[in-house]
Amino acid sequence: MPSILMPALSPTMEEGKLAKWLKNVGDMVKPGDVIAEIETDKATMEVEAVDEGALTAILVPAGTENVKVNTPIAVIGEADAAPAAKAEAPKPAEAAPVAAPAIITSAPAASPEVPECTEMVTMTVREALREAMSEEMRRDPDVFLMGEEVGQYQGAYKISQGMLDEFGPRRVIDTPITEHGFTGLAVGAAFAGLKPIVEFMTFNFAMQAIDQIINSAAKTHYMSGGQLNCSIVFRGASGAAARVGAQHSQDYAAWYGHIPGLKVVQPYSAADAKGLLKSAIRDPNPVVFLENEILYGKSFEVPKVEDWLVPIGKARIARVGHHVTIVSFGIGMTYAMAAADKLAAEGIEAEVIDLRTIRPMDLATVLESVRKTNRCVCVEEGFPQFSVTSEIAAQVMTHAFDYLDAPVARVAGKDVPMPYAANLEKLALPNADEVVAAAKAVLYV
Amino acid sequence: MAVKSAYISKKSAKGDKPNLTNSGFTTEEELFAYKEMLLIRRFEEKAGQLYGMGFIGGFCHLYIGQEAVVVGMEMAQKEGDAVITSYRDHGHMLAAGMDPKGVMAELTGRKGGLSKGKGGSMHMFSKEKQFYGGHGIVGAQVPLGAGLAFANKYRGNDNVSIAYFGDGAANQGQVYETFNMASIWKLPVIFVIENNRYAMGTAAARSTAVSEHLGARGAAFGIPFEQVDGMDVRAVRDAAERAIEHCRAGEGPYILEMMTYRYRGHSMSDPAKYRSKEEVQKMREEHDPIEQVKARILNAKLATEDDLKKIDAEIRAVVTEAAEFAQNDPEPDASELYTDIYVNA
Ligand SMILES: Cc1ncc(C[n+]2csc(CCOP(=O)(O)OP(=O)(O)O)c2C)c(N)n1
Ligand SMILES: [Mg+2]
Repeated sequence: MPSILMPALSPTMEEGKLAKWLKNVGDMVKPGDVIAEIETDKATMEVEAVDEGALTAILVPAGTENVKVNTPIAVIGEADAAPAAKAEAPKPAEAAPVAAPAIITSAPAASPEVPECTEMVTMTVREALREAMSEEMRRDPDVFLMGEEVGQYQGAYKISQGMLDEFGPRRVIDTPITEHGFTGLAVGAAFAGLKPIVEFMTFNFAMQAIDQIINSAAKTHYMSGGQLNCSIVFRGASGAAARVGAQHSQDYAAWYGHIPGLKVVQPYSAADAKGLLKSAIRDPNPVVFLENEILYGKSFEVPKVEDWLVPIGKARIARVGHHVTIVSFGIGMTYAMAAADKLAAEGIEAEVIDLRTIRPMDLATVLESVRKTNRCVCVEEGFPQFSVTSEIAAQVMTHAFDYLDAPVARVAGKDVPMPYAANLEKLALPNADEVVAAAKAVLYV
Repeated sequence: MAVKSAYISKKSAKGDKPNLTNSGFTTEEELFAYKEMLLIRRFEEKAGQLYGMGFIGGFCHLYIGQEAVVVGMEMAQKEGDAVITSYRDHGHMLAAGMDPKGVMAELTGRKGGLSKGKGGSMHMFSKEKQFYGGHGIVGAQVPLGAGLAFANKYRGNDNVSIAYFGDGAANQGQVYETFNMASIWKLPVIFVIENNRYAMGTAAARSTAVSEHLGARGAAFGIPFEQVDGMDVRAVRDAAERAIEHCRAGEGPYILEMMTYRYRGHSMSDPAKYRSKEEVQKMREEHDPIEQVKARILNAKLATEDDLKKIDAEIRAVVTEAAEFAQNDPEPDASELYTDIYVNA
């Protein structure tokens, strides 16, 4: 008898909540009938039957959380088979594969921005970004949000969920699919003194608009001899998600990091996402704010303070160590931190630096660490050539050559368009083991 | 190819229109349209199922509900005509005669996929079938389609190109840059707007000026346009014949706005809260492109229920075979990571 499995309902879904059954045991179902509702981190989705027959058993009761994809949730019998006995009373302990959501605790290293004894709250990067925008919009009536599906749809990745309700359509604006047009329009509005937040559904689509970002937003202050500024934030997901292929997986840190006149921020943790986005919105310059779809659902501790701001242009020492310096940013931090754990197990203490801002880069923090450890590995997910890590390597060589005991090592995405196949995509992305190997190489162990 | 051989070939499907049914299609045409549309429907249902099971990853945009558009267009095309479209491309590939096994195996990212597993659902191509993809950036395929037409004109052959795009894509600036060039250079390109009323969660009226008639935008560029019932394969085929004739005669581009509907969410992760269930249900019940043909076939006794059941079974077998291949074929070899980046010069 065909069993119905917990379906995957998005590229990044691994588990979900079985919110509601819409059919009962004994009901006849046909293909296309909605039988249940499932909540993912992004949305509530409906499960449709694909086979015809009677619902003979419900295996996972309504309300069960963290049901892994592909767990059998119900059984459909032959069209004319007598329905089996009523489903037993829910036994949540057995039926629900409970996996506590991983909370990434903040770095062991003390963060200079967080006063001691600050109360922390756990939230996802998604929630942190939403809070940052909402707080700034409450604070400053000139701030508004514009982009595809940010309003009625509640955000393609649900970052702006609920914001249309709070701020109304004057300030949360759904655009047509016209990136070049609405980006130029927002830059013009910024020239006139408003403070737009432009959401790109992903930064891959900002390539349609990159001329306005670079030629109009980044250069006008200079070209006008300092008369005209452009206080604007361009934000959205950058980098690989999960098997979305070559045109939807690119990371843009190096692209925008190249441009004088832009500030470029790429946070890793929820605390930095929130504090840096608030700073970006207040900054009088154009800021490119690169997020990551995989990180949206990750939880971190965020300081519970009145107005949490993280300064642009300051790196964070995420882990203190003295054998080797590992520098990364954004999702690259997941590999860097995992590698540091692995190295520690072998007695190697890595110092991990989260750049947080790509431009202006906090070289002072990097150089100070390298002068202490004498070795440097840098990590990013983007392509290796003309990249952020090649810039770090050049700067470290120029400014700390005499301190280096080994050439700077780099770990980056492979020099290929992102493949779709699961095995190839895995190979194309960096991983913690590559970082470990690079660290050992510069340590000659 | 095994799948297609079971069908009436395109040539005989067009025929000389000997024994027209009162619907305007010959018996053969009705059956051809039925089979082609049903293949797409069953294929897409299976793809949705495999996605839910985790065999297909990333984005997967199903074509269910819109089948009459590509099938009607296909019936008016001739070999050598080029096709290009967006990420919602499975139906276009099947209509172009690409192997369902190769398409499904690309969806699962396997070695036997049409892009060796490197492209995925949104990126498949067939030079042999003149199918140029499979594009993930909304609107980008429109100038590309005009470029294919430019090449045909440059070479002086009488092939046309067909560039499909959505109602949402119709707001991209490059579409109008392309309309202008296609018009001044009289390019043999047919712009097919698949107006399924929504761009992701945005109803056309919320994002688009004069959304009742997207094709009419051609007027500003002197391009003839038609709005077509895209749920009726006969209307599509007839309009396609007019458009293609115009293009082949060297008269320049043509716009067909196909009024159609997608039953499923935008992609697999769309909760579809922007429209009512009743709206979807009404479409399915009153305008389903496959049910329309089926009803005509049965009413005019062009075939019996049993004949149609046999066709259904044949198509299910083709789709099952494709799905089995796609689940069992190995992943691409690791060495493929570094191949195909450049052409060896
Ligand atoms: C340039 C660009 N912007 C945004 C997206 C994200 N996106 C993918 S499909 C889509 C909606 C397109 O709707 P429509 O053109 O009507 O085609 P349909 O999906 O209805 O077939 C959007 C916004 C994209 N892929 N490319
Ligand atoms: Mg559409």
